[in-house]
Amino acid sequence: MDDKLTLTINGISVRGKKGQTVLEVCRENSIKVPTLCFHPKMPPYGGCRLCIVEIQNMRGLPPSCTTPATDGMNISTHTDRLFKIRRTVLELLLAYGDHNCLMCEKNSECELQNLVYEHGIDTVRYKTNFVPKPLDDSSSMIVRDPNKCVLCGRCVRGCLSVQVNGVIDIAARGSDSFITTFNGGLLNDSNCAFCGECVASCPTGALTQKQSRFKGRPWELKKVQTTCTYCGVGCQLELNVKDNEVVKVTTDPELGGPNQGSLCVKGRFGNDFINHPDRLKVPLVKKNGHLQESTWDEALKIVADKMGSIKKTSGPDSLAFFSSARTTNEENYLVSKFARAVIGTNNVDHCARL
Amino acid sequence: MTNSIEELENSDVILLTGSNTREMHPVISSFIKRGVVSGKTKLIVADPRRIDLVDFAEIWLRQKPGSDVAWLNGLMHVIIKEGLYAKKYVEERTEDFEALKKAVSTYTPERVEEISGIPAADIIAAARLYAAAPAAAIAYAMGITQHINGTDAVKSVANLSMLCGNIGIESGGVNPLRGQNNVQGACDMGALPNVLTAYQSVTLPEVREKFAKYWGVSSLPEKPGLTIVETIDAAAKGQIKGLFIVGENPMISDPDLHHVEEGLRKLDFLVVQDIFLTETAKLADVVLPAACFAEKEGTFSNTERRVQRVRKAVDAPGEAKADWEIMGEIASRMGYKNMKYASAEAIFDEMAKVTPSYAGMTYARLDDGGLQWPCPTADHPGTKFLHKEKFVRGKGKFHAIEWIPPAEPTDSEYPLILITGRVLYQYHTGTMTRRSEGLNGCAPECFVEINPVDAQKLGIANGEMVKVSSRRGNLTAKAVVGEMTDVGAIFIPFHYFEAAANNLTIAALDPQAKIPEYKVCAVKVEKTK
Repeated sequence: MDDKLTLTINGISVRGKKGQTVLEVCRENSIKVPTLCFHPKMPPYGGCRLCIVEIQNMRGLPPSCTTPATDGMNISTHTDRLFKIRRTVLELLLAYGDHNCLMCEKNSECELQNLVYEHGIDTVRYKTNFVPKPLDDSSSMIVRDPNKCVLCGRCVRGCLSVQVNGVIDIAARGSDSFITTFNGGLLNDSNCAFCGECVASCPTGALTQKQSRFKGRPWELKKVQTTCTYCGVGCQLELNVKDNEVVKVTTDPELGGPNQGSLCVKGRFGNDFINHPDRLKVPLVKKNGHLQESTWDEALKIVADKMGSIKKTSGPDSLAFFSSARTTNEENYLVSKFARAVIGTNNVDHCARL
Repeated sequence: MTNSIEELENSDVILLTGSNTREMHPVISSFIKRGVVSGKTKLIVADPRRIDLVDFAEIWLRQKPGSDVAWLNGLMHVIIKEGLYAKKYVEERTEDFEALKKAVSTYTPERVEEISGIPAADIIAAARLYAAAPAAAIAYAMGITQHINGTDAVKSVANLSMLCGNIGIESGGVNPLRGQNNVQGACDMGALPNVLTAYQSVTLPEVREKFAKYWGVSSLPEKPGLTIVETIDAAAKGQIKGLFIVGENPMISDPDLHHVEEGLRKLDFLVVQDIFLTETAKLADVVLPAACFAEKEGTFSNTERRVQRVRKAVDAPGEAKADWEIMGEIASRMGYKNMKYASAEAIFDEMAKVTPSYAGMTYARLDDGGLQWPCPTADHPGTKFLHKEKFVRGKGKFHAIEWIPPAEPTDSEYPLILITGRVLYQYHTGTMTRRSEGLNGCAPECFVEINPVDAQKLGIANGEMVKVSSRRGNLTAKAVVGEMTDVGAIFIPFHYFEAAANNLTIAALDPQAKIPEYKVCAVKVEKTK
């Protein structure tokens, strides 16, 4: 059965597939429709009203993210009328919040900031009775700033549909709406598992990582993709580096790998050990019963001499090696090679059983 | 894993056992939960603890610790008796079915109820649910393996999966969830006493010859070496005199810590190479500072056999060096010249040449999402799931397995079963996580989970400090009174050096895998004065 669709978008004929939404067809054909509440990992929501389009023979301005594409549709995505409405929506979002980019961690990678700029907004025409709400910084990992929230619901759907934890939801109606935990308590007192899916999903500075606050602005950070060092899932993540220090961990479904852009609390918030002052920095050698700072030359000479003499006097099988499930494949291969080829023993194992 | 993580979202049934997945593999648990809430997957949980995923389960089997072989045999008994097994698959793709049939014939639901405490009706319901699924996956972790009959339990899992035709199909399979980032890779690389890379046995002359030639030595040792726990024993007896430990902390992770310390102290020479001064490093004669994962290049192999790149983001602190650089320098000083490498990539390329399942991999190929072994040639796309159409060994072999009880039964002096394990916010011996502000803040101290019935009997209130003792040692920690553990059992996480659960555990080993029985030993709990 043919599942191909032909649609006209902004006067140009494009192809789509049955089951796609209008927004998905637009994206596949490189037509950029503004969105805030849309997230490719989550079910469509139709909440922000920025992705509205005009469709011939259809009433009103349907949101493209929840409108199924059908054959022969004639769609306009960027008319003057749509532009003005989107501008109004954005101005209202600004009026109902406290969006000061100078004091925001997300400055330069905020989707709201980008949209406001793209729509040429330099003044907000609306006065509202917006009352600033208190921050929730109860957790040592996640800061929630309701004043920067645009109620797109991405955090809620990330928590419910992606991680299936369902710790947060939108409460109240209309302009009183806010994101809340069960019973309205602090995040730290909720059953949040701190996976940070909500932080990664947030388009604005409403949800940010606490440990990385003021440690580096987005454009100062170098992102290095690597594999998480904790459990055996092998999540792909980005170490965000400034001045030779890992200040933050981010991820992205585009990175590939088994985690599809998700992480757990350890992968996202557990990397501060890297720069911990307790890290070993020089070799240590036991002298008079105490470990003392030494040099590589001295330490390696002792190791080579001592292992050589034990091998000579007691035989290779009087030496043993514990390799590590924490180190790389290359290093495990070398420990095995070292034990077998250099020493001549099969006494090599690691903590697979523990 | 025979299959891939993403396939778990599409299984018709998942039998999850001995894995507290939401805490130990949170990202995998999301795949399972999404399958359940979408209506696609029915989940069976078999676990002595009331883990979070029980909330998502169709059936929860709460077995007594150490009874896994019995209830698995019980499921197979029902499936065979009711004719629910995959007859064509069993006939065409497996062997020794009759031996299995005979072995499980005595494991009636009633007898299994007696051994495991699982109601007979639940055994029957779970068996029917599992057998009816077009694609049923079994996922398990250390709850299955850390027993004196851990190997038998894994074979029983494989028996059940084959019996219903679930090996070699998408979203089915036998899926051990590996606990550490590169435990799969460390095994693949031959950091094991009996095999070289890709499980090539040291006892085979042609294997030893191949590696000896490649490594430029006249011969390689043929006698399988000692495992970790055996090494500690041999050290205590004075047979092992020198020990080189790379990135391990047996002073917290190994069973019966007094015995471990005795063994390590008796050594003539102990080298520890690590990123922190661990409890083990404190006993060393020489401590070598290593680079951590963020400070070097390399690869890790995940639980679904996917080999992925590790990339350097920052410089190592002070004079710390990558483990591969250190090993190369020591080898050179000992007169061995074939361990000088310009880069981690050069090591990988050498390894791939002697490792059939990795032979088709290069760093360039790994850049785009990694590759799952086996990947034998440069144009092979990698392997999403194993044993498609044909088992690697030809026919899938059923094993006739009898249940045996745990090594240390409870008695009047030590009346409770201790289960050890992990918590979400800590990792293994806590070397890294206890130095992470956010993580340690969420789980800063050890605890003892105890059922309200036992707590009341002992006069223990929630939050009170209790002393837990076994025949080998004791610890003091806070009681958490609740329904997580069943009457007669307690749970303690092993991450905490100041209240180390492995002071209590028994070094009884599975005779084949040499894995210690961390999930069952006998203890008593007392109020602290």
